[in-house]
Amino acid sequence: MEAALKLLRSAPATAIFGVTVIVTYVLVAIFAHWLAPYGETQIVGAEYLPWSDQYLLGTDNLGRDMLSRLIFGARNTVGIAFLTTCLAFLLGGLTGLLAATLRGWVDQLFSRAIDVLMAIPALIFALLILTVVGTSIPALVCVIAVLESTRVYRLARAVAMNIVVMDFVEVARLRGEGLAWIIRREILPNALPPLVAEFGLRFCFVFLFISALSFLGLGIQPPTADWGSMVRENATLITFGDITPLLPAAAIALLTVGVNFVVDWFLHKTSGLKT
Amino acid sequence: MGKILVMVAQRLALGLLTLFIVSLIIFLSVELLPGDLAQEILGQGATPETVAVFRHQLGLDLPAHIRYLHWLGGMLQGDFGQSLANKRDIAELISGRLGNTLFLAGLAAVISVPLALTLGILAALYRNTFFDRAVNVFALSSVSFPEFFIAYVLILFLAVQLGWFPSISNIGPNTEFFERVYRSLLPALTLTLVVMAHMMRMTRAAIINLMASPYIEMARLKGLTPRRVILHHALPNALSPIINVVALNLAYLVVGVVVVEVVFVYPGLGQLMVDSVSKRDITVVQACSLIFAATYVLLNLTADVLSIVSNPRLMHAR
Repeated sequence: MEAALKLLRSAPATAIFGVTVIVTYVLVAIFAHWLAPYGETQIVGAEYLPWSDQYLLGTDNLGRDMLSRLIFGARNTVGIAFLTTCLAFLLGGLTGLLAATLRGWVDQLFSRAIDVLMAIPALIFALLILTVVGTSIPALVCVIAVLESTRVYRLARAVAMNIVVMDFVEVARLRGEGLAWIIRREILPNALPPLVAEFGLRFCFVFLFISALSFLGLGIQPPTADWGSMVRENATLITFGDITPLLPAAAIALLTVGVNFVVDWFLHKTSGLKT
Repeated sequence: MGKILVMVAQRLALGLLTLFIVSLIIFLSVELLPGDLAQEILGQGATPETVAVFRHQLGLDLPAHIRYLHWLGGMLQGDFGQSLANKRDIAELISGRLGNTLFLAGLAAVISVPLALTLGILAALYRNTFFDRAVNVFALSSVSFPEFFIAYVLILFLAVQLGWFPSISNIGPNTEFFERVYRSLLPALTLTLVVMAHMMRMTRAAIINLMASPYIEMARLKGLTPRRVILHHALPNALSPIINVVALNLAYLVVGVVVVEVVFVYPGLGQLMVDSVSKRDITVVQACSLIFAATYVLLNLTADVLSIVSNPRLMHAR
């Protein structure tokens, strides 16, 4: 704990800002039930009420409290994006490490398949698949996880390629260690820093991707509170000069900027330690 | 020179192969539909006879590889089949919209490419000054923002508060050229902000990288002005990565257009695709996917070929 505090004190202002943003979002997401003044889908008043003491940020197109939905949105949008990123890493990381360790036809098979997947723009591919399987949250998570895992695969494979040729891996092989042991104990610890940084960046992409799909009405479906669809539902207010619909979009932007700052600092830190 | 031709030919062959595989994937993804396309369209209430007749009409009773060849052959001749939702000819639906989308992407490219290159070169020229840092912060933050956020902020300020531009891009086939440019300027500006950052940072990085090499040092020691060193000595060698990143971003532009078109109700291909996805109009989505994917693949291919051709080291290969 003390070490973490010390590390934080040495961080630049941008990184502290990023960490603060991320911690706030996580807390809001966890304690959404206690923080929100009204329920997630509860209709509390008339439609499009302006900001007031009773409804701090007014109400939305169906008369639901905007602030409450914003708070629940943190849980839904960020939660789903986090889950998707984890899945993408599990998939891409595992196949990438396997390809680098086994080489040969496994590597060829995975790499060529990923080349093809990457040749199609992700948004278009996602739209096509969602047409076929229909829009549901499990489908959304799986499709985006598979599409984003291609980038994770490329990085994991490239990083692991450099480690596989090291002497200590050779020694472990000669000692007769199994494949799983070599990947887990020899390769993974050495490949971790770039993968952790990539996790932050990938999360941003996944988060923006899901928000874009939700904004198009093809992602997280109503009545679930979600930032992308909240912008879509209340967009008409903007033409009257009301900034309320911009708040969920700003919430998305703030989190991605925060994560980017932290990743930047982390990359700086890990590359600095090596030299 | 022969070496370059071989490399370019290899890339072109690979590109064609990619296009073929992409079309196969787009076709097959619909084959994987749980259940049956005819059943899906007609609904649960249809009798087996109606479904059988409809399957025959759609040609679904033929084996998959024959249908694929029919489909691809039709696409290549401009026959995209019929929309499932309203039975209209897809080619008719698409033709005008494709033109609008390309116009919007083109307009965004015409604004963003020169602007990004100029800002990138200036940032490299005035490295580590306030200008450089401001440009960098701006670039980093504009990548982090969702497209619709940028779009609505522009609408709020430029359309609603200042009233300079219309917030909805109402474009018809008879709109005059300048009127058309004016009405699509706001979406084009949004796209510019989205793609500019990456191009600018790459230009800056490519030039700064080169500035450390000995021949630039030599040019500087000869007493040349910084402007001449950058424009005549550094830029030609930095051109290859820059051209590459420009082409990649143009490829991104064609796809990024989807969200922006929806925000501005711009009558383009992206909006048609999004509408069709929510209606689950599979044939239209297939056609749109193929057009978008083909444009994307072709632009990526152009990026590869151009970066081979513009590499001075390959031009004078011994």
